[in-house]
Amino acid sequence: MNYDVSVDGKAHRLELARKGDQWECKLDGRAVPVDPVLLRRNMLSLLIDGVSYEVRREQTVSGLRLSIGLARYAVELRDPRSLHSWQTESGSAEGKKKIVAPMPGKVVRVLVKQGAEVQAGQGVVVVEAMKMQNELKSPKQGIVQKVMAVEGATVNAGDVLLIVE
Amino acid sequence: MTFKKILIANRGEIAVRILRACRELGIRSVAVYSDVDRASLHVSKADEAYYLGAPPATESYLNIEKILAVAKRAGADAIHPGYGFLSENPKFPRACKEAGIKFIGPKAEAMEMMGSKTGARRAMEKAGVPFVPGSLRGLNSVEEGEQVAERIGYPVMLKAASGGGGKGMRLVFKREELRSALESAKSEAARSFGDDEVYVEKAIVNPRHIEMQVLADEHGHTVYLGERECSIQRRHQKVLEEAPSAIVDPDMRRRMGEVAVRVAQAANYTNAGTVEFLVDQEKNFYFLEMNTRLQVEHPVTELTTGLDLVHLQIHIAAGGELPFKQEDIAIRGHAIECRIYAEDPDNHYFPSPGKITMLLPPAGPGIRHDSGSYEGWTVPIDYDPLLAKLIGYGTDREQVILRLQRALHEYFVGGIQTNISLFQRILADGDFQAARLDTGYLERLLAREHEHVLEGMSPAEERVSEVVAIAAGLFAVLDPAPAASNAASSISEIIAKSPSGWKQAALREALRG
Repeated sequence: MNYDVSVDGKAHRLELARKGDQWECKLDGRAVPVDPVLLRRNMLSLLIDGVSYEVRREQTVSGLRLSIGLARYAVELRDPRSLHSWQTESGSAEGKKKIVAPMPGKVVRVLVKQGAEVQAGQGVVVVEAMKMQNELKSPKQGIVQKVMAVEGATVNAGDVLLIVE
Repeated sequence: MTFKKILIANRGEIAVRILRACRELGIRSVAVYSDVDRASLHVSKADEAYYLGAPPATESYLNIEKILAVAKRAGADAIHPGYGFLSENPKFPRACKEAGIKFIGPKAEAMEMMGSKTGARRAMEKAGVPFVPGSLRGLNSVEEGEQVAERIGYPVMLKAASGGGGKGMRLVFKREELRSALESAKSEAARSFGDDEVYVEKAIVNPRHIEMQVLADEHGHTVYLGERECSIQRRHQKVLEEAPSAIVDPDMRRRMGEVAVRVAQAANYTNAGTVEFLVDQEKNFYFLEMNTRLQVEHPVTELTTGLDLVHLQIHIAAGGELPFKQEDIAIRGHAIECRIYAEDPDNHYFPSPGKITMLLPPAGPGIRHDSGSYEGWTVPIDYDPLLAKLIGYGTDREQVILRLQRALHEYFVGGIQTNISLFQRILADGDFQAARLDTGYLERLLAREHEHVLEGMSPAEERVSEVVAIAAGLFAVLDPAPAASNAASSISEIIAKSPSGWKQAALREALRG
């Protein structure tokens, strides 16, 4: 099985094959000896050269998230053979990024227009919830491909507000 | 005498904390719950549980009539209010008394006295309690303000008599600034509170917030159980507390403790209470207020004194005498509490309600975890989003910090956001480790967030990122199709179920312990 994996925006190519009870694993072309055991749903014990990692998986409004210890990582996973096999909705091979409402609330201001160039970390939409205004930022540098957010509109958690390409 | 059945007029971790004490003492516990709390831990862990009403607290946990009706129906002979909700409302102990049910806490009169700023101040001055020096009453003229300020020394703080929330407050550094500051404070006070009375107080620059636990029985005995350092606050909400305070030596502890006992005695106070002080940089301490209830942070005192405060509260309310004297109380070791909230550190610490899809609580040496949540539970949006209190204890402060860092590494809450990462930052911070604390500490730490984020990945972090990539693929094979995102649906669900949720969220500030 082959996957394109992005971890916090960094792209990796992963090749996995099961040989009996062993795994063959290549990351970015380099062989990595892995010994995985699924402890329970969404919880993996992974031994790599004797180093032990306890990895937990969550599905959040903004996509798939894996964590080890205190560190959490936004993960996107795709099987390159299939165009429709993204495990998360939050991106694609071309690097589209959807900006979603983290909580239910009201769109107060849309700060960018379609076609505008944005920097990573630049505020794009302001959403108000619980009397607090919250500026959503672009996760990457790029062009605003589409603006779904409408000023004054009520949004639910997970609603797509804007797409940056 | 002891009680047979105690009703716990609260929810969440504190309700669980109290019903555990009841079970230890062989007392039956009665839980109460609102619509959104039927599946909450305090209901399933109690011996009995009865429905109160709709999620808004006024329909449930703040509704004295409904709670007393349940208490009578269940045959409870005492009520523990916990913290927040009705715990500091004098109407509640009064109504309990009329209903012939013992209220586990102080008498209504003591609560009333401490609830009134001026009433408390008058009584406390008689008892020789130190206050922040000031004019004590509204200023009639700029000249009067200048005289008082000269006497107490600059900087001074102008405060609206009926104020709150920073309105009508002005910090004045020198005489020339006083006139315009007083004028603008007066007009702001008039606009905000309909009362332009403004008084002047010595400004305490970068104070610490240190409080003293007291315990008083109904036979005239009052003791203090040592202090708690509560300077780590965000928007006047405590985030992390510890005992003892790094700046309090035995002599200062005795002096603060004796003042706290005098405060309690001046109010005829009974049961557990807390006297709060502001402490300036010269270690002068000034009375702030008395909290007439069990505090959220009581476990750090329990761990450093070896006492169980809820057991003692029940014992005192049942008419028992304090089973020890002041000289029997010794402070041993160190304890730090982290308040674990369902809130999003990447999103201005907004509440983050929703379903807990995975919960791996920490354990091991020196760790106490007082929780009101469980895996699979949906954190309701209607109440304070405190999930649990993680308390570390050990021989000294350094050991506790190491233990808590280890415990945080074990701790995992999946499906919702929590402030767990905030505690890792605090515990690793040099100023915190050196105990250089004041009430502005946390705002300063959070302001440094950006540098932290911009540092980028270290080589070790790069390697972990590769491990994550491998794990993601292995998950896809071994455990395909993660359960559809229920974070989004559950938030909408909660909102749908409780239309008043957002309004309730505003109440939450008031309900926090």
